[in-house]
Amino acid sequence: MIRTKTTYLIFSFLGGIILLFLVGPLVSLFLSSTPNSLFETSREPEVLRSIWLTLWTSMAGTFIFAIAAIPFAYLLARREFPLKNLVNGIIDLPIVIPHTAAGIALLGSISRDTWVGKTAEVLGIDFVGHPAGIALAMAFVSLPFLINAARDGFASVPEKLEKAAMNLGASRWRVFITISVPLAWRNILSGLIMMFARGMSEFGAVVIIAYHPMIAPVMIYERFGSFGLEYARPVAVIFILVSLIFFMILRLIAKKGSHAED
Amino acid sequence: MLKIKGIHKNFKSFQLKNIHLEIEKGEYFMLLGKSGSGKSLLLEILAGMQFPDAGNIILQGKDITRLDIRKRKIGLLFQDYAIFPHLNVFDNIAYAMRSAKKPGKTIRTKVYNLAEEFGISHLLKRKTQNLSGGEKQRLALARTLAMEPEILLLDEPLTSLDVQLRQGTRKLLRRINQSGQTVIHVTHDHEEAILLADKIAVIHHGSIIQSGKTREVFQKPINEFVANFTGVKNFFRVKFMKDTSGDNFLAVLNENISIKILGEPKQQTGAIVLACRDIFLSREKPDTSAVNNFKGLITEIIPAIRGYEVTLDIGFMLSVLISAESLKKLNIEQGKSIWASFKASSVKVLQ
Repeated sequence: MIRTKTTYLIFSFLGGIILLFLVGPLVSLFLSSTPNSLFETSREPEVLRSIWLTLWTSMAGTFIFAIAAIPFAYLLARREFPLKNLVNGIIDLPIVIPHTAAGIALLGSISRDTWVGKTAEVLGIDFVGHPAGIALAMAFVSLPFLINAARDGFASVPEKLEKAAMNLGASRWRVFITISVPLAWRNILSGLIMMFARGMSEFGAVVIIAYHPMIAPVMIYERFGSFGLEYARPVAVIFILVSLIFFMILRLIAKKGSHAED
Repeated sequence: MLKIKGIHKNFKSFQLKNIHLEIEKGEYFMLLGKSGSGKSLLLEILAGMQFPDAGNIILQGKDITRLDIRKRKIGLLFQDYAIFPHLNVFDNIAYAMRSAKKPGKTIRTKVYNLAEEFGISHLLKRKTQNLSGGEKQRLALARTLAMEPEILLLDEPLTSLDVQLRQGTRKLLRRINQSGQTVIHVTHDHEEAILLADKIAVIHHGSIIQSGKTREVFQKPINEFVANFTGVKNFFRVKFMKDTSGDNFLAVLNENISIKILGEPKQQTGAIVLACRDIFLSREKPDTSAVNNFKGLITEIIPAIRGYEVTLDIGFMLSVLISAESLKKLNIEQGKSIWASFKASSVKVLQ
């Protein structure tokens, strides 16, 4: 009994160190920013534009790619096919490769001299230096979060319920929309939030595709490089605050949804 | 109405082999088999969740062997009901009709009628998580019948219910069948077959061993497995020999016990079956035409579907079915001695 207590004490101490490591720099960042500097920075149109750009490009990337990612996740959860393990590995690839390298790779595929770039140019879009390019870069690095969460969600839906729905005359599409998606919704929503949040915080891949227009992480980096820590800090604090508010709202919505289901 | 012709399905460690069955319209057909015998798998094949490797399923003259699950009009009631947990009771019942794109008014009317019929009208707006086992089952039945299936498949519908609920569900199933609904019911419990089925088939290791009218299968089991499985209690392996007079034949259980039988067995060894209801009990040795009379100890008295099942030790264990009235009249109690007698013609010889 005493040994158990000691073990828990040691584990709690180690946990405390981890928490301090995570929270400490953020608290320090907040404490070292004066209210005045925060207020002044929050009124800068350039800063506001960049935060807004970050939010909407990440959201757009999340929703556009979700249209394909959710059915794809269902396929991965339900069907066996050759090289499925390889496909699962490819999905996780953006997590393990350096994001600047991901940006370079993506740039190589969507720049003006590629067929994708040329096709987009015909439609009046130049991905490089364009919000569409930013959304692509964000989605590239954050898609694994949505696909993995949705796949786990679909896998947890009892196949018997889908069979029962088909036995009741429902088409596969109707089964997907009325049974599989609603029952996996908690995981899907969690994946959407994680993809959005991860996309929003992306720097490495985005900076390669589009230094301008500037998303918030790029602006923080730019201010730090050009003017030093003092100038970068207020932008960082405001962006963190906005991100946290969005993250909390989305989490609350997700939680409310799950309670409604219960 | 439904003809199953030579169905064969191979799995890694199991096979359904050469299944032939015929089910008439309005019939209550029961598939009786132990766990792992392949009975639920056969239901899945009928429902269209799996396709057989060989054979045909003909429903009302139409080959539906490879017909899409959605178009079969064969409703399956899953053993665990498979209620959609995110939909309320109304939406669960309405699901099949919405899939068929029926008008809203038709759906509402049908849902209310079914809910009324199954006694779940007061639950229509409720979420399904908190429903009791019985309510879930009635909901699942209503939901399946809402699709107006040609055949209703029931996968062990009574297994997870307590005794009281079982009685209610049996009545409900009988009522559904009496309304003209063809039913195929899968079970491991022979009493369900006795109580509900018009016809039964016994399935074992993926093969149909015997099928026919319920009474026939129970009274004339074709082998020991069926005899045991269909609930015939008095089933003994014996050697056949002539008695000392040389005129009659005996079924010898062991060196002390032999039973007089009628007719000449074709082989030296075999089995005999004795129906529980064909054995008479008395306090004194009876003076009747019954030639088999044994005195034994009462070892167990358990209530049966009708009356009581009394087990006697007469050198071998013998089950006897008697009425509550006889139990009282003969003052039958555990540990007391009693005479059991039965006619030679009551002994069924299996070879």
